[in-house]
Amino acid sequence: MIKETDLNTAIWLLFLGVPLAAWQMGEIYTITLATKICVLALAGVGLNIALGLGGMVSLGHAAFFGIGGYAMGILASHAQSYAPIMETPFLIEGTKSMPVIWVLAIIMSGIAALAIGALSLRTNGAYFIMITLAFGQMIYFFAISWPAYGGEDGLSIYVRNDFPGLNTLVPIQFFALCFAILTAVIFLSSRLEHSRFGMALQATRQNETRTQAVGLTPYKIRLIAFVISGMICGLAGAVSADLNRFVSPTMLSWHTSGEIMIFVILGGTGRLFAPLVGAAIYIMLEHFLGGVSDYWQIFLGLLLLMVVLFAPGGVIGLLTKREAAHD
Amino acid sequence: MTDILDVRAISKSFGALKASDNISLSLKSGEIHALIGPNGAGKSTLINQIAGGLKPDSGSVHFAGQDITSLAAPARARLGLGRTFQISQLAPEMTVLQNTVFGALGSDGRVSRFWHPVMKDKPLLEIARSALERVGLAHRSGERVSEISHGERRQLEVAVALTQKPKAFLMDEPMAGLGHGGSERLTGFLRDLKQEAPILLVEHDMDAVFALADRISVLVYGRIIASGTPTDIRSNPLVREAYLGDEGET
Repeated sequence: MIKETDLNTAIWLLFLGVPLAAWQMGEIYTITLATKICVLALAGVGLNIALGLGGMVSLGHAAFFGIGGYAMGILASHAQSYAPIMETPFLIEGTKSMPVIWVLAIIMSGIAALAIGALSLRTNGAYFIMITLAFGQMIYFFAISWPAYGGEDGLSIYVRNDFPGLNTLVPIQFFALCFAILTAVIFLSSRLEHSRFGMALQATRQNETRTQAVGLTPYKIRLIAFVISGMICGLAGAVSADLNRFVSPTMLSWHTSGEIMIFVILGGTGRLFAPLVGAAIYIMLEHFLGGVSDYWQIFLGLLLLMVVLFAPGGVIGLLTKREAAHD
Repeated sequence: MTDILDVRAISKSFGALKASDNISLSLKSGEIHALIGPNGAGKSTLINQIAGGLKPDSGSVHFAGQDITSLAAPARARLGLGRTFQISQLAPEMTVLQNTVFGALGSDGRVSRFWHPVMKDKPLLEIARSALERVGLAHRSGERVSEISHGERRQLEVAVALTQKPKAFLMDEPMAGLGHGGSERLTGFLRDLKQEAPILLVEHDMDAVFALADRISVLVYGRIIASGTPTDIRSNPLVREAYLGDEGET
């Protein structure tokens, strides 16, 4: 069978190769699809740290994705209208600079993850799922009822934000940027998985009693992982908002949390490249079957059912023929 | 000899059931103190209160000169209380070596490191490998825990406890399911180990208990009915009636 590292390299090359080929052939739409996959996969990489490594089944990760999106929307809309965000006690102005927006998106979603995680992680099992869902929906309804930033209609940004040295309006350049971020975050996540922290996190999932017996507190380890996971989702939200040039409460809804979780499970929970494979399958199904029928998600449901029943290691697990992830 | 572990008059009830009834118990350096008693006597409840999984209703637990009654299990482990479990508690997807490295990582305590691969961490690996060698499991280092035998898991539990360089061991039925050869080997091993750190041993294997223990306490219905040297315990009429007598007939 295929070694997982070889498979990962092949997947990575494929995701670089296809958009480059599309660019040569002038297939702009394919590049946009690939960019969308990259951005959603990025959110999946974030969730995979909590879900795959730490075993935390969070249905509230849309909150962090959406907070990242709104960080971008709010900053860019103020820059667009030349109205400062606040003047007293000190002046804060909007910005169109992607790096600045990303940093703020990561900080804001990190703070939210710290607050939500600190409370949610006192519970476990079904209660944890429900409490993360509840926090997510709270933020969703807050966004809906906040007229200053579009309420239910969301916020439109007319021109994509700037990145030094790139013309982000050119699809292949924006794809390259998203792909670079995704690659960097996957690399960081791989370092994390094999680090001291990664070992402790995986141990809390596999055996909580053992973790305590060696002198570690599972709660602290999980909380740190939850915050890292939320920050990556926040970054993904900011980039996603830039891709669509639009933010709306939909980003925050629990459907989004479910979708991100589906990417991870389809690809293979806990596998490094699972989110990319899962997001690709999801977007392709939506693209090809969505044209045939409005009810394309029936097929998604069937596929998900097959994976959960017959291939618990997801698509990557199926191809590498090893059920459990991690060495 | 000083008391490393000192349990002072702890009681714990679950509803009307007194699982621990005014239990006092000590562990001195260099000794093996065996805790025996029939099933349901409250041995596991007592061990749990010492290790930090359960809080006693009254009384206190002192360890290495410190009152640890209100400390949680991880804090007690960090103070040097090494534990093995009645039912193996290991990370099943990790290898034998990884489980042992994890033990060393726990007592090292520096967990918030996100960059360097833990399996290339020389100090941790050294501690882990020497612990595996001591229990005779070095040749199985690369196996996943889910794929090793029951007996090997028992050995691995001891190895993980060793990586923590504990001041005292709490061992809950380490011989369970080992078979004759295995429990004989472990008996020899524990006899040497007690010089390093004393052991509070809960065990059903009476051959092992009488071969190893410097002191034995007998727990029946949540109370210690007798405590003394193996010779004392063997001749104690209360013990014979409540516990050993039953064993002898079967």
